[in-house]
Amino acid sequence: MAEAALAPATPAPAAGRTRTMLALVMLAAALLALPFVATALGDSSIITLATRIVILAIAAASLNLALGYGGLVSFGHAAYYGLGGYVVGILYASLREPMFGVLPATDQLLVTLPLAVIVGGVAALILGAMSLRTSGVQFIMITLAFAQMLFFLFVSLKAYGGDDGLSIRRRNALPFLNTRDETTFYFVCLTVAALYFALLRRVVGSRFGLVLGGIRQSERRMEALGIRTYRYKLVAFVISGMGCALAGALMANYARFVSPDMLHWTQSGEFMIMVILGGVGTWLGPAVGAAILILLETVLAAWTEHWQVVLGPLLVLIVLFGRSAVERVAARIAGRRS
Amino acid sequence: MVLVYEQVLNGLQLGVTLFLLAAGLTLIFGIMGVINLAHGSLYMVGAYAAALTAAKIGSFLLAVPAGLAAAALAGMAMEYLVIRHLYARDHLDQVLATFGLILFFNQAVVLLVGRQPLFVAIPAALDGAVPVGAGIQYPVYRLAILAVGIAVAIGLYLLIGRTRLGMLVRAGATHRDMVRALGVDIRLLYTIVFGLGALLAGLAGLMAGPLLAVQVGMGEQILILTFVVVVIGGLGSIRGAFFGALIVGVVDTLLRAFLPGALRTVMQGSEADALGAGLSSMGVYLLMAAVLLVRPRGLFPAHG
Repeated sequence: MAEAALAPATPAPAAGRTRTMLALVMLAAALLALPFVATALGDSSIITLATRIVILAIAAASLNLALGYGGLVSFGHAAYYGLGGYVVGILYASLREPMFGVLPATDQLLVTLPLAVIVGGVAALILGAMSLRTSGVQFIMITLAFAQMLFFLFVSLKAYGGDDGLSIRRRNALPFLNTRDETTFYFVCLTVAALYFALLRRVVGSRFGLVLGGIRQSERRMEALGIRTYRYKLVAFVISGMGCALAGALMANYARFVSPDMLHWTQSGEFMIMVILGGVGTWLGPAVGAAILILLETVLAAWTEHWQVVLGPLLVLIVLFGRSAVERVAARIAGRRS
Repeated sequence: MVLVYEQVLNGLQLGVTLFLLAAGLTLIFGIMGVINLAHGSLYMVGAYAAALTAAKIGSFLLAVPAGLAAAALAGMAMEYLVIRHLYARDHLDQVLATFGLILFFNQAVVLLVGRQPLFVAIPAALDGAVPVGAGIQYPVYRLAILAVGIAVAIGLYLLIGRTRLGMLVRAGATHRDMVRALGVDIRLLYTIVFGLGALLAGLAGLMAGPLLAVQVGMGEQILILTFVVVVIGGLGSIRGAFFGALIVGVVDTLLRAFLPGALRTVMQGSEADALGAGLSSMGVYLLMAAVLLVRPRGLFPAHG
């Protein structure tokens, strides 16, 4: 019982639980109804916008596992996102003209997604193992630098489009489903996201999640308890890299295009913004943050080409003054902070 | 051998430019505990102010103070309006707020000047080349940058090690609360240090103007290299910043100069160039990883 009360994002009181359940059911209903509402309104761009938000929510929530629950401020998660995207892109490109003759080729989503997750996990294992030897600001900088390294690697790979990126003529296929239909693809992404968020909730509520939260609060105390904190941090980092790769693979399918821009450090920054906007260390917060940021970008971009002039100071203001306010609102929607 | 000699000089010149940025970044971190991503924006501000002044008035002599003043003023304004409120916050807040500043500065420059890169002529007095031994003619302007960088390094060494201000800076880095308790106006000290860092960034920017294209995003390119320098050298250490910058500058330049050629012997020309360019960009990051594996706190850790 004590563990359940300590577990983050597990509101123990019965009234709170009912209310959370109700909110979740309403959220699910709204997400499920969205394509039909959009079709009724005759505006299919809503569906593609929602698909983007759902995909980015996966990436933001993944980063949040490392950043929010583990206190590992990674500025390089775009690397895993981009790697996931490139797995899809390269597997598809090999289909048309086999490269180096050794790479497998496929356009089956059921194969590409797990492969992307594995590649992202391996990369996160290698880079995380080195990065986690540092902490604090050095950790921020080294994760950023490793991501830049991969960015330059893909810029230099002429065979895979280099700077210009790689376009994917057709979305990956699923048996019995037509992924080229926007509504169908939206539901595919939504399903993946729902499964992923459910998994995250289990992870965070598990013993592993509790240890991770303990490390964030005081690594020395956890060490004094006899816990090898390095391993826990590394596992959290790897899971979070895998989630970002999953999002990247979906995004490559969504945009039918991958380019080094997916690995660019500004992309890492955007993931961090999403996590902050939605609430650090909350379960659904990053999804809310992704929605806020994408909607804000869409609105501002429609208003002026130079929307970053507005977004930049807005971000500063939110960090300086409004973070608690935004967090309160987001926490209302997303459930309590741990 | 002659080519290597010349490229080492180029590398040292990149190194001192990196040092000017890294010194400011590492001072600001060492004293105030703030990680400032917008440091590259100050470099950009310095470069743009100098380039625009040079284009309007046609005098590089006037462009220098214009670039320095613009960067220092932008830096102090940044400190007063934003950074000051971040001292007590965690690194995450600092990263995000200064990330917002980057977005703002980049778009503001696009808005005011446009996306077209600016090109600055090398000042007439420093144009041309002089022999530097081994039969090499080396551009005077690059030598001048090298000289300025070394002069700044010596000046900083004296400033930190020999003056009252330097004493406060050193004391502030190790025993911040004690300095405050002794009645030193720590806010003023912070603003001065930040202004100094901005000034150095602006100096680096305005000197790089005639060598590179002055364009939006130039700050971030060099900022990330500066991070590598700071991590290799040890956070908060000026000495580390100096040696780290020279190492990174030379390694990066040599790899860029010779890796594509080496690859061209085993593969096709254009592919070798692209791959060589990419791999040589990766080189310094691998170097950083290697350093961190051996010494997680850098080569010259600041305290202890």
